[in-house]
Amino acid sequence: MITSDMLLNIIENMAHVMKENKGYLTELDAKIGDSDHGINMDKGFSAVLEKLSSLKGQDCGTILKTVAMVLISKVGGASGPLYGTAFLKSAAVVKDKMEIGGQDAIAVFDEAIKGVKMRGKAEKGDKTMLDALIPAYEVFKESIENGEDMVKASFKAQEAAYNGVEYTKEIIARKGRASYLGERSIGYQDPGATSSYLLLKTIWCTLDKV
Amino acid sequence: MVGIVIVSHSEKVSKGAVELCYEMADKDLKIVSAGGTEDGRIGTDAFLIKEGIEEVYTGNEVVVLADIGSSIMNAEMAIDMLDEEIKGSVLILDTPIIEGSIAVAVQASISNNIEDIIKAAEDAKQMKKVRNE
Repeated sequence: MITSDMLLNIIENMAHVMKENKGYLTELDAKIGDSDHGINMDKGFSAVLEKLSSLKGQDCGTILKTVAMVLISKVGGASGPLYGTAFLKSAAVVKDKMEIGGQDAIAVFDEAIKGVKMRGKAEKGDKTMLDALIPAYEVFKESIENGEDMVKASFKAQEAAYNGVEYTKEIIARKGRASYLGERSIGYQDPGATSSYLLLKTIWCTLDKV
Repeated sequence: MVGIVIVSHSEKVSKGAVELCYEMADKDLKIVSAGGTEDGRIGTDAFLIKEGIEEVYTGNEVVVLADIGSSIMNAEMAIDMLDEEIKGSVLILDTPIIEGSIAVAVQASISNNIEDIIKAAEDAKQMKKVRNE
């Protein structure tokens, strides 16, 4: 069970992780993109961080929706509308709820991925954040359905996301700026998949400490 | 008249495109730039694009021209956020941003016919600039 306070805690940690990895993500993006992913993610999540104190006591839907709107307006790059849509779609699932249970979490994750697919018109294997998110979702769902708790499920999810990031090194980018590079994009990991992995890892790290 | 919104990652590019359009277009035509981020970085902003669309909407169609990367995605996001009344009147054109903007602005100065404007955008994409004879 994730309470709305825990959700705020997760988001706060996400903002810290994005700041810590600002240089790293930008460096990855410099190799196959437009060198702004870390800067953009930090910009967006720093703005989210400023809003968090005003969200104390709010329901999970409101929290996720606010995060979405801030990311959409502050990020600047493709990750703004993509992560923004992901948060926006997942917000609808937990509207008015003060807690996110296992089944809710599966639905939140599922809607987030549908949002990214819809906005980015991408699929698994295109060398995008979906290559981290989709395998993570699959093991997360399986774990919860097998009766495992959220800590275990989120651990498995971030592990699968990590493997997904590794997989992006082997494939050609078919979406975004990196697609201009064609075969030359092979050998480099996708920055978007990497930030998705870092965000999922933050969920696990936060839940593990509770 | 049809409204035109020009979206680039660079505010300078979208503002420059508007300037180029007005060299040839009817001065009453509403053409706005929605480029860059609100804090002056390279990038695009769905809210800025939404405001641009609302600014040029007069009851006729609004066409959006965008450059690369997140600009199309943010233009689509902007359309999703519009009031239902405007939403159905907005169209993203698949055309090069500078050549397309000029062609579309000229055509929109001549007529409101949206099919002709779409055709002008398509033609701009196919336009041959250098002929090797």
